[in-house]
Amino acid sequence: MKMNLEDRLKENPELKKQFDVLDAYIGELGTPEGSLINVLHRAQEIFGYLPDEVLEFVSSRLNVPRSTVYGVVTFYHFFSRVPKGRHTVTVCLGTACYVRGGNAVYEKVMRTLGIKAGETTRDGRFSLDLVRCVGACGLAPVVVIDKDTYGRSTPEKVAMLLNKYA
Amino acid sequence: METRMLNVKINGRDYQVPDGTTILKAAREYAKIDVPTLCYLEGISEEGACAICVVEVKGARNLQRACVVKVTEGMEVWTNTSRVREARKLNVELLLANHPKDCLTCERSQNCDLRELASELGVREVEFPRTRTEWLPIDNTSLSLVRDPNKCVLCRRCVNVCAKVQSVYAIDIMGRGSNSTVSTFLDEGLGNVECVNCGQCLLVCPTGAITERSEIPDVWKALGDPDKVVVVETAPAVRVAIGEEFGMPDGTQATGKMAAALRSLGFDKVFDTDFSADLTIMEEGFELIGRIKNGGVLPLITSCSPGWIKFAETFFPKVLDHVSTCKSPQQMFGTVTKTYWAEKMGIDPRKIVVVSVMPCTAKKFEKERPEMKTAFHYWQEKLGLKDEEAFKDVDCVLTTREAARMIREAGIDFANLPDEDFDKPLGESTGAAVIFGATGGVMEAALRTAYEVLTKKSLAKLDFEDVRGLEGIKTADVDIDGMILKVAVANGLGNARVLMEQVQKGESPYHFIEIMCCPGGCLGGGGQPISDNPDIKKRRAEAIYREDAGKPIRKSHENPEITEIYKDFLGEPNSEKAHHLLHTEYCDRSCK
Ligand code: SF4
Ligand code: SF4
Ligand code: SF4
Ligand code: FES
Repeated sequence: MKMNLEDRLKENPELKKQFDVLDAYIGELGTPEGSLINVLHRAQEIFGYLPDEVLEFVSSRLNVPRSTVYGVVTFYHFFSRVPKGRHTVTVCLGTACYVRGGNAVYEKVMRTLGIKAGETTRDGRFSLDLVRCVGACGLAPVVVIDKDTYGRSTPEKVAMLLNKYA
Repeated sequence: METRMLNVKINGRDYQVPDGTTILKAAREYAKIDVPTLCYLEGISEEGACAICVVEVKGARNLQRACVVKVTEGMEVWTNTSRVREARKLNVELLLANHPKDCLTCERSQNCDLRELASELGVREVEFPRTRTEWLPIDNTSLSLVRDPNKCVLCRRCVNVCAKVQSVYAIDIMGRGSNSTVSTFLDEGLGNVECVNCGQCLLVCPTGAITERSEIPDVWKALGDPDKVVVVETAPAVRVAIGEEFGMPDGTQATGKMAAALRSLGFDKVFDTDFSADLTIMEEGFELIGRIKNGGVLPLITSCSPGWIKFAETFFPKVLDHVSTCKSPQQMFGTVTKTYWAEKMGIDPRKIVVVSVMPCTAKKFEKERPEMKTAFHYWQEKLGLKDEEAFKDVDCVLTTREAARMIREAGIDFANLPDEDFDKPLGESTGAAVIFGATGGVMEAALRTAYEVLTKKSLAKLDFEDVRGLEGIKTADVDIDGMILKVAVANGLGNARVLMEQVQKGESPYHFIEIMCCPGGCLGGGGQPISDNPDIKKRRAEAIYREDAGKPIRKSHENPEITEIYKDFLGEPNSEKAHHLLHTEYCDRSCK
């Protein structure tokens, strides 16, 4: 049995705070019904992703059917239903990076972590993203891990680097 | 204001159509030219999703979707150029790329719009490779319906019916592009969400993507078991629709042939749910009278439609005390068969298998509700039964379509069978019970009884015309000897929602409300034959009222077998025993 949200919030003040922020945001909206996408964006900022109970909450708070909410969340790639990992690995596949072997780097990271772009490892350690240029083409191919930028990367170097992020 | 008429040329000939007419309508109604469609469903699904209906319009670079584009003054339309034919064919081929194409074994092979389109448009091979590497999982979570997303063409008809007609919103398009599917919240499956099992989505699906959960194998098994006494009951709306499955004209009253066919399938007794419909009227009628006399909760709302009940439990759990506690006729029948009849005949209730033939897919869900084991509790002490030996009041539910399939499988020539009668004693019924099958029927039947019981006078005119007909919401003021009874009737859950919001706000002006889940009432139920006649509900309703008019007894309280069951077994309507056996309770499903 799923625990009812109210009871869970009583036990978890941190979570309660997040829901309060979202609730206040919705409260300030002029036309809550028409703001589904904005609300989901804000919710993702607050929670880091869109947990199922947040989708339920948004549905009842905006009076929008649950199926409609889920339809919107699955339609747009930028909504994520799984928590982001502790570290985010971003591989650049802009033109410069791509021609200098960015693709091989991406494939190596995929194989090492066992996930595709947009996914998170089961242990919650890494999320993987792709971008089309980070503005450091001189250093191509570029990999960004959290806030650190690594240039002239090779598949082997990147695999080693990942070990540094626990 | 008069509508402006527009000049339009279709395939080189001139027509005049009113402003606002779509190309599709202009072609079909004015030029008598058919344009093929797949996703279009008038008034319900008009999104232009499939692009099968494309036509050429002079001056337009792209082909136009006839079902959404409206005629403009001087428009020239070509519906049958080689460009149009090629495009339609291509669009069907694209739909078929990922399709299982198992027409040979598909339940819809005889009435599949997709298969017909492919054949009509001359699609002989599919050049596109599959884009999906794996088959999508089948949704088997519902007790009533099975969804096979692999056969879905994303026409959105089911989504639109569920949202616009039923206001349930159980399903939507999830994902995007070639990865999209029709699914539920969190892909939990129909059985785990708001879905009320009405099957309206199945009725509008053009392919075999939605089917009922078939119980045919269970019924064959019971029929083949010499130790079982297999009893069948048939709902009022089945008799006016089952003939369609055998090529009989729409609106045929096939009661006698149906009874004969079921008997020849091997059922030991062919009984009639109409009997328990009369019983429902007694119980519900007296409940209404009691609430009026004793200042009980009003309006009282009918409870025969299990799709409506789940809807109320899901969306209006706070006002469930307005809903009659009467079980549906199907469930009353099961209980009575396994208690009263078993006792009377000296049959061990554990040997009895009750099969009901219903116009309804929600009844498959209803019979599995855990509280629907009243007969078991009745016998538990007497026979010293253990909890594990619990049996259901109703064992199997067949839709009208499934019953027809069994009759075909058995090689029975339905249309040419001589008429037969139902068996006694649970086969006797009145005109009041027959009209349960149409929206307004339960109301009318209840009024016939309530009037005569309250006033102790006999009704001059039995027909309550105000509550008949297919409008979504009907209301009437009924004069019961100076007391004005305000009644309302809703069919289709979107309409029910309107009345329920009044009830929830405490603003409902009515004393008595009838709600049927399906548009038109049970005659338009999700278990009925799939028809392409837009007037089908009218035809079936006419047949129901003809059947009522032809009955010698037309009031539930005058059914001699009803009098007998109260005298011999139940005591009075709403007696403690009747309450125990024939009434039920509801639960709040709003978190689910
Ligand atoms: S849905 Fe239609 S086309 Fe598909 S397998 Fe069934 S009959 Fe054939
Ligand atoms: S059965 Fe009724 S409620 Fe369920 S998905 Fe179909 S239309 Fe919606
Ligand atoms: S399930 Fe049937 S009605 Fe629903 S979108 Fe698919 S093909 Fe259309
Ligand atoms: S019928 Fe016109 S787009 Fe589907």
